[in-house]
Amino acid sequence: MDNSVSSQDSLVSVRNLSFSRGDKIIFDDISLDFERGKISAIMGPSGTGKTTLLKLIGGQLFPDKGSITVDGQNVHKLRRTELYNLRKRLGMLFQSGALLTDMSVYDNVAFPLREHTHLPESMIRTLVLMKLQAVGLRGARNLMPNELSGGMARRIALARAIALDPMMILYDEPFTGQDPISMGVLVHLIKSLNNILGLTSIIVSHDVHDTSAIADYIYVLSGGKIVGQGTPKEIQQSDSEWVQQFMTGAADGPVHFHYPAKDYVDDLMSVGKRY
Amino acid sequence: MIRILQYLGKSTRTSFTKLGRATYFLLQTVSGIPSVLLRPRLLLNQLYSVGVLSFLIITISGLFVGMVLGLQGYYTLSDFGAEETLGVMVAASLVRELGPVVSALLFAGRAGSALTAEIGLMKATEQLSGMEMMAVDPIKRIITPRFLAGLLAMPLLAALFSAVGIIGGQIIGSGLLGVDEGAYWSQMQASIDFHDDILNGVIKSIVFGFVTSWIALFEGSDAIPTSEGVSRATTRTVVNSAFSILGLDFILTALMFGE
Repeated sequence: MDNSVSSQDSLVSVRNLSFSRGDKIIFDDISLDFERGKISAIMGPSGTGKTTLLKLIGGQLFPDKGSITVDGQNVHKLRRTELYNLRKRLGMLFQSGALLTDMSVYDNVAFPLREHTHLPESMIRTLVLMKLQAVGLRGARNLMPNELSGGMARRIALARAIALDPMMILYDEPFTGQDPISMGVLVHLIKSLNNILGLTSIIVSHDVHDTSAIADYIYVLSGGKIVGQGTPKEIQQSDSEWVQQFMTGAADGPVHFHYPAKDYVDDLMSVGKRY
Repeated sequence: MIRILQYLGKSTRTSFTKLGRATYFLLQTVSGIPSVLLRPRLLLNQLYSVGVLSFLIITISGLFVGMVLGLQGYYTLSDFGAEETLGVMVAASLVRELGPVVSALLFAGRAGSALTAEIGLMKATEQLSGMEMMAVDPIKRIITPRFLAGLLAMPLLAALFSAVGIIGGQIIGSGLLGVDEGAYWSQMQASIDFHDDILNGVIKSIVFGFVTSWIALFEGSDAIPTSEGVSRATTRTVVNSAFSILGLDFILTALMFGE
């Protein structure tokens, strides 16, 4: 086993994971390792179950087969209270931000602190302002979530995710639908938070350019399998046709432009049928 | 023929699994009650939005229902020269039936639909999932406080509905149609029994509050997380609550007042 060495210092290791939804197989016997202190990325086209993988790591979904260990604990064998204790050490950034819409920005960031600690309000205030300062939005603390732009909402959600000083942050499509400036801000934030706070980051994304700029290691998923893995450089030079199509964004290749259908000419000639 | 059987089998199975999910959901909700009682602030906030904000619709509807009862009752009773018993008629119909039933129907429309839409949208915008990842149990933090609030608010709202209705009946009966005011109140006092009438009415409204909150919260958290799914769930809340309220009312009435 060549991966027994790397699993020594990996924070999350996924072993022989299989997962299906109904008839659709999402993961077919895959194994991945995410190293401590590094930024790892999971890439692949939409619908390959990248978000599902994050939910499996967070213990919100159960695998059909295989195991996931986070910091030495098998996520799906934990009891409810143990799982909740583990989750306190994980931060997750949802694609939508998932801010609580009935609370102000300040209260959103204070939410995990108020739920899980018995700190006095004065200390919570200090902590909240520090986290907001880290994402550059200390001045936005009195706004409500519906007054924020998409990029700001994601940064607030990031401040909330680091409120309890987690050991790891899971990012679900952090770059989708961002303008170039907020994209740059997020890329910078993810990188600097990871290095300054000594976090481990897992990014799920299909944004090739920005993700390879900050990731230390990349897994490329497709059709329930790992089709490529390595450092960004190795991925770029991969000889897998599939990986090349994904990285360059070619319209046709191993992933076909056309959805499976019967022959085009036959289809056009079959007059009289409605569909 | 086979098709029909298949269809019947499939729909029976889906509705039974849904009932199972709903029961499991209820058990989870109830098991969260102790932790909510330790944080009464959560409950108070919900009592405000579920109960206090329903005040106006309940008061106004109660007043009008009482006034209609006063009018209709007077014309029927005066045929027999029994218009002095108008107070009894108005109070008995309100306390036993109309108070609990109509206020529960209004509650399902006003508060139940709002609960379903709120929970459904929280699910659609990943707020519930986000809470879970922050190690906060959404059942304890979101669902149970709303459930308890519905349970507590319903009997109070029904009582308010009946009280306002009785005043409405009095305004029409003695203010407009000339029934003796003393007779209106004293006849009522003499015939309405605390245990048989008032307590049974309160029991009814507690049952309705329980069922309506349960349906509303379950439909919300079981909703398909899209705008269409939430809108369907909201409709189902109102329809299913109305059916359950009216059906249960029949059963409870038969149990309580049938000899």
